[in-house]
Amino acid sequence: MKQIVAREEYCIGCRLCEINCIVHRSQSKNIITAFRHEREGLTPSVVVESSGQHNFAVQCRHCADAPCVEACITGAMTRDPETGAVICDTKRCVSCWSCIMVCPAGAVMRGASGKPASKCDQCAGESEPCCVAGCPNAALKWEEVND
Amino acid sequence: MRKWLVQPEFAVERDENRCVQCQACVRQCANDVHAFDSVSNCVISDGSKCVGCHRCATLCPTNAIQIKQVELDFRPNASWTPATIRNLYKQAEGGGVVLAGMGNDKPYRIYWDHLLLNASQVTNPSIDPLREPMELRTFLGAKPDHVHFEKTDGKTHLKTTSKTKLGPQLELQIPVMFSAMSYGSISLNASIALARAAGLAGTFANTGEGGLHKSIFPNADNMIVQVASGRFGVDAAYLNRAAAVEIKIGQGAKPGIGGHLPGNKVDREVSQTRMIPEGSDAISPAPHHDIYSIEDLRQLVFAIKEATRYEKPVSVKIAAVHNIAAIASGCVHAGADIVAIDGFRGGTGAAPLITRDNVGIPIELALASVDTRLREEGIRNRASLVCAGGIRSSGDVIKAIALGADAVYIGTAACVAMGCHLCQKCYTGKCNWGIATQDPTLTRRLNPEVAVQRLTNLLRGWAAEIKEILGGLGVNAIESLRGNREHLRAVGLHENELRILGVKHAGEGA
Repeated sequence: MKQIVAREEYCIGCRLCEINCIVHRSQSKNIITAFRHEREGLTPSVVVESSGQHNFAVQCRHCADAPCVEACITGAMTRDPETGAVICDTKRCVSCWSCIMVCPAGAVMRGASGKPASKCDQCAGESEPCCVAGCPNAALKWEEVND
Repeated sequence: MRKWLVQPEFAVERDENRCVQCQACVRQCANDVHAFDSVSNCVISDGSKCVGCHRCATLCPTNAIQIKQVELDFRPNASWTPATIRNLYKQAEGGGVVLAGMGNDKPYRIYWDHLLLNASQVTNPSIDPLREPMELRTFLGAKPDHVHFEKTDGKTHLKTTSKTKLGPQLELQIPVMFSAMSYGSISLNASIALARAAGLAGTFANTGEGGLHKSIFPNADNMIVQVASGRFGVDAAYLNRAAAVEIKIGQGAKPGIGGHLPGNKVDREVSQTRMIPEGSDAISPAPHHDIYSIEDLRQLVFAIKEATRYEKPVSVKIAAVHNIAAIASGCVHAGADIVAIDGFRGGTGAAPLITRDNVGIPIELALASVDTRLREEGIRNRASLVCAGGIRSSGDVIKAIALGADAVYIGTAACVAMGCHLCQKCYTGKCNWGIATQDPTLTRRLNPEVAVQRLTNLLRGWAAEIKEILGGLGVNAIESLRGNREHLRAVGLHENELRILGVKHAGEGA
């Protein structure tokens, strides 16, 4: 399946991926409106981990044998049979956070408003995820990955 | 805090209506201009540290940042300009030599902007480069004085074979090469990008005096290696690995003086590549201590030719100075296959400001006088001429070739293609664009894949533009344009300048 691949050697820690993710997940899709008026309800589903000169963006790996899907008590966490992406049905999520506890990458987060679980859906419907499209140094790649 | 006489050059203007406090600017500025203030809960900027590199403004996702030049109103004075006064304050404060990066930025006449190209009308047809073949390929190296042919009897037809042996040549698919920029003065990512882009575009990049890093070995066929006064990284393998060898006598930005890479930039990789101890200053002497005459230069040229079994062209790079025509002629007599002339607008990683802005002569005049001199001596064929220092566009490339160059070197233009904003602070080692730095937090900002794409895009664009202009001139090969100054006309130049350039004034016919 196609995956977002982070390349530590080129990540500059600017966190524009987080910002683009927030905008993509907003109602308005406008950066200024999103940050001014919608920010409370928005969580980026990519987080840049930084230590000194080393940075890289972490988002859901859409694991082949996804622990979050196994752990989900309501069946909200499912795999899209077409794209292979693990997605969260926010209507079914009851915010038990089992997914957060089992995620090996720390890529599932609580939604900003407290619920439901928030995670990367690879910007379903877009030609490429917005974090990849907006990365100024091509440190994120959208490419076919075999396991 | 003590106030300094040197006032800030730039002010950061933040549009608070657009700023979303994302702090991308904070994370991108190596000069600590921006900082998040936890008391007021917003980003605060200190323009006094700003160098005007535009990294923050470029990466700001809402375009909320503008960098403005501070216009302190000194009393108007044509002689004592703000820049002059500022430098005096700076020098009085610190003593020592004021440093600068990039090339001469003073408003000396740019002759390219006073030269215009011809085009075909009625009496000769222009050529459509999209429909007809157009040759940009050129060869650098010594050409023979005469070509002898031998007619041999084939079974069914008469065959003609050249009896003349041609010396080693560099084959360029576009007459534009990347100038010497050493690994050390620029980052490894930048060096790799230049080497790979040269390979993809069918041209050459130059190592400068920094040696050839092992990660560039796969692109060595597209590298010209430099032998400079410091001899950094030079051994027989280095010479033989490359496509050509260049002896660097001078550099346009700082003719007559050497170089100094501070020890803090000499990390493990730089030290191994330059073959010097880690952390030691890399000092290139002003002269080559084994070259004090043309005869000495000839010895080095032939020592290199011997070391490379006469299989590689040897170039001599000289800065454009007053007696350039005679010096270039001497270089050709010394056995150089290529003479590269670097004009006073050529860039540098670091030079004394006073040298950068006051020493050398314009490349246009130097190139024309060298080409004329070599023709007069009947030795123009014995070396190719490469024009460097201040080539900004494909228009400059064509004009340089019409003035007599075989090809050009671009350094600043290539850096700009990779992201350089000409802030001229290369010597600080804090290049926010990841080009002129060895700081690992900054070098990763230049992804070679992105930079290679941008450099090859630039060359592809220039190639298309050069073909368009050649077509308009009615010329179908770049080599047919070389030294054909009839294709140039000047505007607004003095008779002396016209004579030196060998160009007629606009309005004068054939």
